[in-house]
Amino acid sequence: MALLLQYTLIYASVLMLVALGGCFSEHSGVINLGLEGVMVMGALGGALVMKFMANLPGAVMILAVLIGSILFGVIYSLLLAVAAINFKADQTLVGTAMNLLGTAAATVLVKAINMAENVNNVSSAIKYIEQKKAFSLVKIGQFELSWFMILAVVILIASHVVLYKTKFGLRLMACGEHPQAADSVGINVYKMRYAGVLISGMLGGIGGIVYITAGVSEWKFENGVAGFGFLALAVMIFGQWKPTLIGLSALLFGLFRALSNVYSGFDVLVALHLPGAVYNMLPYIISLIILALFSRNSKAPKAEGIPYNKGQR
Amino acid sequence: MNTEKEKKSFLENAGVQSVAASLLCIILGLLVGYIVLLFINPAGAGKAITSILKNFLYFPRPAVALEYFGSTLAKTAPLLMCTLSILFAYKVGLFNIGASGQYAVGAGLSLYLALAFQMPWYVCVIAAMIGGGILGGLVGVLKAYLNVNEVIAGIMLNWISLYCVNMLLTNVKESSTTYTAALKTNSPGALIPSLGLDHLFSNNRYVTIAIPLAVIIAVCVWILMEKTKLGYELKATGLNQNAAKYAGMKEKRNMILTMVIAGCLSGIGASFLYLSGIEQWSCAQTAVPAMGFNGIAAAFLGGLNPIGSVFSAFFIQHITSGGSYVDKMVYCSQISDLISAIIIYFCSFVLFFKHCMNQKLKNRKGGKK
Repeated sequence: MALLLQYTLIYASVLMLVALGGCFSEHSGVINLGLEGVMVMGALGGALVMKFMANLPGAVMILAVLIGSILFGVIYSLLLAVAAINFKADQTLVGTAMNLLGTAAATVLVKAINMAENVNNVSSAIKYIEQKKAFSLVKIGQFELSWFMILAVVILIASHVVLYKTKFGLRLMACGEHPQAADSVGINVYKMRYAGVLISGMLGGIGGIVYITAGVSEWKFENGVAGFGFLALAVMIFGQWKPTLIGLSALLFGLFRALSNVYSGFDVLVALHLPGAVYNMLPYIISLIILALFSRNSKAPKAEGIPYNKGQR
Repeated sequence: MNTEKEKKSFLENAGVQSVAASLLCIILGLLVGYIVLLFINPAGAGKAITSILKNFLYFPRPAVALEYFGSTLAKTAPLLMCTLSILFAYKVGLFNIGASGQYAVGAGLSLYLALAFQMPWYVCVIAAMIGGGILGGLVGVLKAYLNVNEVIAGIMLNWISLYCVNMLLTNVKESSTTYTAALKTNSPGALIPSLGLDHLFSNNRYVTIAIPLAVIIAVCVWILMEKTKLGYELKATGLNQNAAKYAGMKEKRNMILTMVIAGCLSGIGASFLYLSGIEQWSCAQTAVPAMGFNGIAAAFLGGLNPIGSVFSAFFIQHITSGGSYVDKMVYCSQISDLISAIIIYFCSFVLFFKHCMNQKLKNRKGGKK
């Protein structure tokens, strides 16, 4: 039971962070379908910090890993920002390209690093079993509270405040609802959209590192993040683009994802004799059903996905 | 009046521009890929890029090279089908990222029927087609009636179908490995016949009639889109759903039909690969088949034209296969994935490239006057 709670909370943190990232980007008017790629890149940034700065003391390690992930995530999301905002490219296509590119680039890079150390090591994995211990705050029995869970909650509250209580957040949302109107009152739509995409890169990057350190102590970058970026988008849609609801729906999705890790610990579930693959499929099936039930009245920002052209009315 | 009737110059032709833009994408993709290679290890970068581009020409003996050329073609056929699937849906305004899932279902059904029931090849191909079509149709229904984003639905179905297919095919796998049993020994009737085509490629038995069939299907897709009433309606729905509805078209039916056809195409693609016997499905697979994603690259590289995609699909498969010939001591074979991902990224700039070209041409014309 403690394990289920722990996995639920940690996966919910990941989904929350990434979904909030998507939320900022979409409120500014850019659909970020490349969140999956951003996650991989953020994970890579954090993992590299853990690999090459293995001897940092606890608190500094957390900070360094976060900075590494944020840096990689933000720089990578620039690819989307430039293409979608300046060059008015098809955002779906750019996002897809970023997902493919993220996994491919991370694999090539990690393999190159591994092979440079040892010619026979052709795996795409980075190990961080010792470094990972810095992330644990307290351990109560089997349950391990991670710093990242605290961080996710802080960011959730901060996102709510920024979006609804600050000038910046309200302007950002205006750009996603009606960019022409926003422009007419002197808001720089391009700048706001850049801000939205880069914030999504930052949060997506953090989400990536939290995801790969959630249950395992090494990560094979060949596998990417297995559709987690898209699950986060489903969380965002289910959360109606509102931070508070996103927090709640992340918990729900986190629970189903956690079940696939720990189902063997529950006698009731084992008694059902379902193959393990069923539990692997569960989060995807649930999100499909939820999307089918709740997409009809979606409150998506009105201007999302439409490139803004200053000269057009 | 005069200016309108004036013959368009060579560079203003839309087709020429598309080809030029695609070539530009390829060159930029290779260039960035080359820079990445330099970054990893400057010594072997040039050699690695040439071996990716040479692919089967890596073998000096023409007979061997021809045989591997045949293998590349055999893998191009399924890629072409996935490309057509994505292109067809995109023309109707839908992004079929679920092609991978439809492809997986096609592979699962065709291999299961072949290995468990010894069905002949055409039954297996049709089953794959139906399976893919149903999955595609599901995305279409979700989109048309429940307003579910087709990209997210597609991704979810990709993973669901991957796990389902793994479960299904575990029943017909070899006992010692994770791979499905070889068709040649277990169900020879399910192998797509080659009708003598294999002799053209140094007796490469993977060269089957799937290759010409894929090209014929590409032509059919072109005819369907450009020359029939149905194609016109589908494209109109893609351009403006409300206008299509107003004009009396059944916009929801059109959307679903599009996804069914797109799903059928990817499903057939999978059967073209697995029923040629060139590859066996691994039941321990944890990643969605890459074929559907490479199809996105090929579709946009081919300028979203069925005939263009015949060539772009070959190119993408050519560099993907070429990736296995790079020096394994220095680089990994994934660099070809990296290059095709970079190419897709640049493909999203195609509109911008074309805009620049037109602007340049206009300026030049203005200068002459």
